Amino acid sequence: MELKKRFWNEYQKEIADDHYFYARSCIRQSFNPGAEAMFLNIMKDNLHKDIIDEANQHTCTGIGYHTDIVPFYTTATIMARLFSLMTEAGYKNYVPSCVTSFGLYVEVLETWKHDPETLEKTREYLYKACKREFELPENIAHSSDIIYKFRNELKKQMKYQLINKHTGQPLRGVEHVGCHYAKVFPAFGEGGAEFPYVLAGLIESWGGEVIDYPERRHCCGFGFRNYLVLTNRSYSVSNTYKKLESMEPYQPDFILTNCPGCNMFLDRWQYTIAETQHKTYDAEGKGIPVLSHEELAALLLGYDPWKIGLQMHQVQCESLMDKIGIAYNPDEKYADINGNQLTPPDKPDFLKI
Amino acid sequence: MKDFGYSISKGRTLNYDNSDFSLKKTLEHDVVSYCRCIGCGACASTCSAAKFTDFSIFKCNMLFRNAKYDELEQELSKCMLCGKCTLVCPRGVNTRGMILEMRNLIEKNKNNNE
Repeated sequence: MELKKRFWNEYQKEIADDHYFYARSCIRQSFNPGAEAMFLNIMKDNLHKDIIDEANQHTCTGIGYHTDIVPFYTTATIMARLFSLMTEAGYKNYVPSCVTSFGLYVEVLETWKHDPETLEKTREYLYKACKREFELPENIAHSSDIIYKFRNELKKQMKYQLINKHTGQPLRGVEHVGCHYAKVFPAFGEGGAEFPYVLAGLIESWGGEVIDYPERRHCCGFGFRNYLVLTNRSYSVSNTYKKLESMEPYQPDFILTNCPGCNMFLDRWQYTIAETQHKTYDAEGKGIPVLSHEELAALLLGYDPWKIGLQMHQVQCESLMDKIGIAYNPDEKYADINGNQLTPPDKPDFLKI
Repeated sequence: MKDFGYSISKGRTLNYDNSDFSLKKTLEHDVVSYCRCIGCGACASTCSAAKFTDFSIFKCNMLFRNAKYDELEQELSKCMLCGKCTLVCPRGVNTRGMILEMRNLIEKNKNNNE
């Protein structure tokens, strides 16, 4: 494991080198399943790391916990079951795909650390519920931490860079780090809560330019209960609107996120804003493409955009791929695994596809 | 335009470079008790005009502090100047005098800008 350097060590994080237990995300595997598949491909085929995608895994309860539906001990016990799967498989390095999960795992681990009685109670509850036992993970890192750690190794294998092939200039990217990545427990995030570098580091290493804009650290608008109740969605979309309005003058080519929730809301709310306000945030009326760290890495490594699942996004990514110079076959966009054409989705009224 | 059952709230960002906050200082000079306001909202809760309109002295105060004079002018026109708010203010703010003075200052400010 790479140890912390002497200076700015409060803003650095220890990330395991190999042998990872992967915990999937409810949102990501529902809306952008290709992203998680690509992460596993990159880890196995490009970085040759040992990572397990356990078939019996389940939710961390994060969404229920943050909407005040699931109480703490239920969450802790369900997480303990996930740790028991990791223990059973013989792994010690835990890698969640979701930023909400990551923040909640850290919250539970820190609670257990500072209040050992809660750990013993959780062990008791888990044993009573399903006769399982678990060890605590030695290292916990979000999947974006892993990509960040190996960003330079990946760069050597990349077919493309974040350079506009028409102008030769770096592509301008907005990075949006999920709130639960480092705002809750800064010591567990690369760069802490003040200077989260996990995504900016990727953009800079892969040839792009990071945009600094006034609402850079503002929430994406997910906010759990602000979204789940229809009448509260005004809060959610207003936050995203504020962010998009703030980044608009800087004309970003893409938005990079590490949280599945942020990815979904920065993407889907562009459709809502376009349909209700007749406003889009790029020159062509197509919106700003929103990619996750795995999707961007896979795209630059040369994976097929349709295998990555970029067609699953609301704002389509062809404009970005054209700028980078990535070759793609439009006829395969809505083809199934056997090459049969599926019915394409309906087109929005205002947002251009 | 589509209606999804919710709307977008516009931002309340204040641009300090383009806003004129000088009227607040004048009001603090002319109605000294204005400085004692703690924003408890007792004035708004007892307001007779608020029973029949969406008038709120609390909102007027906020708009004035934020130099949103265009919106404030409309709000202030709803006040009947009955003075009930002055009677209930726990800090003894001359709220009736405050509203009258706000009206005067905004009128003057408008004339100066024209």
